[in-house]
Amino acid sequence: MVTLQLVPYSEIELLSSVGRIRKLLNIAKENKIVLLQGRLKKEEEAELIKVTMEEINKDFKGIELAVIDASANSKLNGLSKFRASVVNALLGERQGLTVIGPASIVKEIKRDPTKIELLTTDKKFNPKKTGKRAKNGKKR
Amino acid sequence: MIKLIQKFISKVLNNLFKKKKHVKLGLYGPPNGGKTTLANRICQDWLGEDMGSVSNVAHETREIQIKEQINIKSGSKELTFNLVDTPGIATRIDYEEFLKVGMKEEEAKARAKEATKGVIDSIKWLDEMDTVIIVLDGTKDPYTQVNITIIGNLAARDIPVLIIANKSDLKRFNQKKIEAAFPQYDVIGISGKYGKNIDKFYEALFTFAGK
Repeated sequence: MVTLQLVPYSEIELLSSVGRIRKLLNIAKENKIVLLQGRLKKEEEAELIKVTMEEINKDFKGIELAVIDASANSKLNGLSKFRASVVNALLGERQGLTVIGPASIVKEIKRDPTKIELLTTDKKFNPKKTGKRAKNGKKR
Repeated sequence: MIKLIQKFISKVLNNLFKKKKHVKLGLYGPPNGGKTTLANRICQDWLGEDMGSVSNVAHETREIQIKEQINIKSGSKELTFNLVDTPGIATRIDYEEFLKVGMKEEEAKARAKEATKGVIDSIKWLDEMDTVIIVLDGTKDPYTQVNITIIGNLAARDIPVLIIANKSDLKRFNQKKIEAAFPQYDVIGISGKYGKNIDKFYEALFTFAGK
């Protein structure tokens, strides 16, 4: 079973960068897939990768991360882009969606600007049989 | 507002003293993109020696490596820089992946531990770079969050970026895919392994470094 946990932007809005990263990573470490409304700052994304690396151990193998940013869509006209940037400046990075999945569950996240495909790992996978994992990846 | 003023002053001071300091040219990208192969190519071409070992197994480079005072010339143009080869940035590292390529468990665990430290160092070093070359495997999907995060962080720090689409000697190489993923950046297709198009890369380096 795969658990998805929705995190509204309001839940991280008032947290510091460290607090935001801690909150999201803690959820992922509970083997849940985080669906965050909006996105982290770019520096926070890099920090998230750094903290993830610091915490890797035999039980936690890291994360898969993807951000869908609708405001980055090249099809938006100048006015819409301007409006999106004003909204972001006033209310924080609420637009878009961030997906953070524990590596033990999410094998890969394929993305294009407006679509995400999660490929989950097969729990029955035997590491001795190389190459089988990719074939068993399930699209959700 | 104060931040903006600080940023402006630091940029002006940086520009004033740019010619006096050693320019740090960083090679960044995901694991197995060919950063060290390109670093070796540059070092062989201009210093006659290698920079580091390369391998098909991911995370071969697990420590920051620096070659100082590399001087490259093209006609009357000259460029001197310190080359910084960084470990590949990843969001997941599983020692079991190394078992699949025949490593013993202890060796695989040690490699995984060193690799995680390498990723942390690469991210820490982002602030130290003056210019960065992103080395991507031209046979793979470039539209990954790691690539986007690295490039986004460099843009946020005002660090100039040149993208290399590496492995042009391979059949599945697709430079257009990389150009489409990052349309605001210059992309040069090369084969670091065989030196294909390397002159074009050096030419771009001169333009890119503003010489």
